[in-house]
Amino acid sequence: MPTGSGWLSPAGSGRSLPGRGLLLLTVLVLLEGTVFRLGAASTPDVSGHDTKDHHKATAIGHNSTKKAFPVLDLDYGHIQTPFEISLWVLLASLMKLGFHLIPRLSGIVPESCLLIVVGLLVGGLIKIAGEKVPPVLDSRLFFLCLLPPIILDAGYFLPIRPFMENLGTILIFAVVGTLWNAFFIGGLLYAVCQIQTGNSSELNGLGLLPCLLFGSIISAVDPVAVLAVFEEIHINELLHILVFGESLLNDAVTVVLYHLFEEYSGVGTVTVMDGFLGIISFLVVALGGVLVGAIYGILAAFTSRFTSHTRVIEPLFVFVYSYIAYLSAEMFHLSGIMALIACGAVMRPYVEANISHKSHTTIKYFLKMWSSVSETLIFIFLGVATVDGPHFWNWTFVTVTVILCLVARVIGVVGLTYIINKFRIVKLTTKDQFIIAYGGLRGAIAFSLGFLLKEDHFPERNMFLTAIITVIFFTVFVQGMTIKPLVELLAVKKKQEAKRSINEEIHTQFLDHLLTGIEDICGHYGHHHWKDKLNRFNKKYVKKCLIAGERSKEPQLIAFYHKMEMKQAIQLVESGGGVKMPSAMPSTVSMQNIQPKKLPPPKTVERALPQLPKGREEEIRKILRSNLQRTRQRLHSYNRHTLVADPYEDGFDKFILKKQKIIELENKIKEMNNYLTVPAAPTDSPTMSRARLASDPQAFSVKPDSDSVPIIQVDLASPQSPDTVNVMDEFRRADQEENQGLMMRCPRGPSEPKKSEDTEGARDQQKLMRCLSDPGPSADEDEDEPFLP
Amino acid sequence: MGALQSAPGQPEYTDLAEKTGFSFEQIAVLHKRFKQLSHNEETLRRDHFEKIPDLACNPIRAQIIGAFFDKRNYRQNGEGSVEEIGFEEFLVVMSHFRPPSMHFTEEQREGIRREKLRFLFNMHDTDNDGTITLEEYRHVVEELLSRSGALGKETAKSIADAAMLEVASISMGHMEPDEFYEGITFEHFLKLLDGFEIESKMNIRFLNMDTATMFKSKPMDGNEFSSAYIKFSIPSIQQVSPKVNAPFRE
Repeated sequence: MPTGSGWLSPAGSGRSLPGRGLLLLTVLVLLEGTVFRLGAASTPDVSGHDTKDHHKATAIGHNSTKKAFPVLDLDYGHIQTPFEISLWVLLASLMKLGFHLIPRLSGIVPESCLLIVVGLLVGGLIKIAGEKVPPVLDSRLFFLCLLPPIILDAGYFLPIRPFMENLGTILIFAVVGTLWNAFFIGGLLYAVCQIQTGNSSELNGLGLLPCLLFGSIISAVDPVAVLAVFEEIHINELLHILVFGESLLNDAVTVVLYHLFEEYSGVGTVTVMDGFLGIISFLVVALGGVLVGAIYGILAAFTSRFTSHTRVIEPLFVFVYSYIAYLSAEMFHLSGIMALIACGAVMRPYVEANISHKSHTTIKYFLKMWSSVSETLIFIFLGVATVDGPHFWNWTFVTVTVILCLVARVIGVVGLTYIINKFRIVKLTTKDQFIIAYGGLRGAIAFSLGFLLKEDHFPERNMFLTAIITVIFFTVFVQGMTIKPLVELLAVKKKQEAKRSINEEIHTQFLDHLLTGIEDICGHYGHHHWKDKLNRFNKKYVKKCLIAGERSKEPQLIAFYHKMEMKQAIQLVESGGGVKMPSAMPSTVSMQNIQPKKLPPPKTVERALPQLPKGREEEIRKILRSNLQRTRQRLHSYNRHTLVADPYEDGFDKFILKKQKIIELENKIKEMNNYLTVPAAPTDSPTMSRARLASDPQAFSVKPDSDSVPIIQVDLASPQSPDTVNVMDEFRRADQEENQGLMMRCPRGPSEPKKSEDTEGARDQQKLMRCLSDPGPSADEDEDEPFLP
Repeated sequence: MGALQSAPGQPEYTDLAEKTGFSFEQIAVLHKRFKQLSHNEETLRRDHFEKIPDLACNPIRAQIIGAFFDKRNYRQNGEGSVEEIGFEEFLVVMSHFRPPSMHFTEEQREGIRREKLRFLFNMHDTDNDGTITLEEYRHVVEELLSRSGALGKETAKSIADAAMLEVASISMGHMEPDEFYEGITFEHFLKLLDGFEIESKMNIRFLNMDTATMFKSKPMDGNEFSSAYIKFSIPSIQQVSPKVNAPFRE
């Protein structure tokens, strides 16, 4: 270890140098920003005066002539707001960039902490510059601009399955847990204030209702903070969804409590009737939010059904519908967060089936980008607001708040788990409870809610804000930084790698049906039963309405299989497989062109390769490559200029034509080859045959069936690399289907293809090629020209 | 508990409870269902199962029913299939879907896991030769997709093939060109579903089996009760399971 670090250290410092440079740059940008902002308040006038004076001077100079045309003009006020916004976003992005360039830092400190520190620094700089710190974390800005992208990202990519399976637990934590926290903290704070009356006068006037209001603000776990920390610790799915789901769903509770207490703290009394109305209001807020979200989600899905001719605006529908859902919910003071979650979760399966693969990627990247920038901005703004805010530090209040937050959380989680565990099949262990309790981070939502309080209504606002900020800092810094080591120390189960294999998918499906079946046999309508009913309803009616074309009938397993295949193909191209194999085609081919239902039936027979003299093979490869490349280039230009006018079909037709030519050519070659080389003396071929075997994912069951043909033993010469063979191999494939009678089989029929590390690539290529080689019905017609004697 | 003790057939339940790990209450509920399915006869036949209306649209219905008549699932080292089953067999098969207790050690968990996976494996391995061959695997996928018409049939093969290839690559790593991957053995099956956490998935709530009993008894009591019995029943499972696994060990 010491030697390792010694050896590494120069490299490490070398690597961190650009990081430092970047940091410096950002600070510079920042200063620039502050200077501009410094100008922001005063500049418009100053510069305006200057230019005006100047103009005046010239005007006076040429008294009778008209004003000269200003060649260069400075009008900062004109662009001030968007410019500053851009600067902030730039700062946030650069910070994010910088942190990931410094290798060790991000391993120790969570990003959220670093961002808050940056925010503190920026705020400090602005303050030193003698300027008024801009009210960056304005509640309007936060709730209308910064929060929605993060929540939409979370909602759209919500892992539905674990979420629904644990919905009961999540709801109990979110509703009962938050209520408990709010009342426990609020109540005890009030008690402390009563006791403390003697020595601190500030706490004297604090009534019960403001205390409860404060409790309800501070009790909600914050999705932004939780996401930021939990993404980094890679905890297992169950814990992640429990804490994260709680943070999402407690929004409704917070909203209701907040409005309830804010409303009545002015009046001063709450009757039982108000409490009752509060409960009803909670139901309305939560369910209404979900309903609004679901409606917009269905609308979005329905719209996406018709976008097949205007692919470019597909992603926009997803964003706009969700945002409108959020705004509509907020308009009625419903839970906007729940609306967004519902909207994203409802629309996703249908939208994904409708939109093109590219649009899907766009949506994914846009959401990730927006949410990560938003998140960065929120944390930076939190830091800035801390410096800016009018603070009122009351030791008793702040300390008691922090302690109460911790205590309430622990008691709440332990107590609720005790009850929940009675009903859960998979019980929550002590470790799980600890992580759930410890993961209860508070964040910017609490701050923004506190910020929304009106000072004349709540004289304690500043004290509240200070306490809220302290709690946020405590949870984000202390808990956020220690949770990772604790997770490792306790050996909490980590997340499995996200990639799901086809086998797991098969067994998930199988298990679902099995459990449903067993439940039916038991005569017990458990949640498997209802899920099955829902699935069937979905398949029968909803999908037909919301998904266009054939895909609505596609079962989940097949859809998964296609997705997996697609992913592999794309991965291959991205990893540079396209260099070897002269087709970077898939980058211009989208899901639509591949026609998922038209997958070629699996080839269960091995095919043999005719021998090719090395020189000839090289020649053929050259021809193939140049042909394919030309097609690709042409497609590329198509793509660039006529994006909307569905370039795929035109381009693809050309591709098909090309391909047919190639196949013809190929056939001729094969013809010759058959003459030339079939009777050739056997030479060694292990590399070749392995490559070939492995290159075909379908070809491993070669049990000679009754209808199979006699095996012609053909040995393969020229141990070429698998790639060289693949191209031709693949093009020949279609022909072979019609010519089973003349099929040549590999030496040993019932042999399985093996996949080793070096052949994996070949397999992938094969998949890709299969996608390509099956462009649709039109290709097949021309392929049955006779080509063998 | 007083009500339970006066329940009919109490002594015979003790034996069953020890064997399967179910609580008396659960057994009583299942017994009721058994009688309902068999129309108060002593044994259940296949056609009884086939008459269950909800099961009719289950794509893997045949396999589920088959599992109940498969001797391998009775924890008794038997093979082959039977024509009719008694309540005990019914209960033993059901016991594969019991959730694991929280107090299990890692070893016990592993045992449960093996047991549940073995059940799945047996469902796939129809000819009981210790391997799931490609044919068998294809059959599984075909059944899964059997509700989706011709489209499913076509794709099922390629999915099964891809899946099989994946198994081969996971379990064998590198194979020589002339080697043949015969099929998935149980060891490979374990390895394949390593990250699958079957022990937390293949579970069913056996309480509140039907609404009548749900209101009669408090579920909480039953749960505590059952967990107590799970502790009791662990030794018996441990005794049985090595025997079950033994013939497939090699």
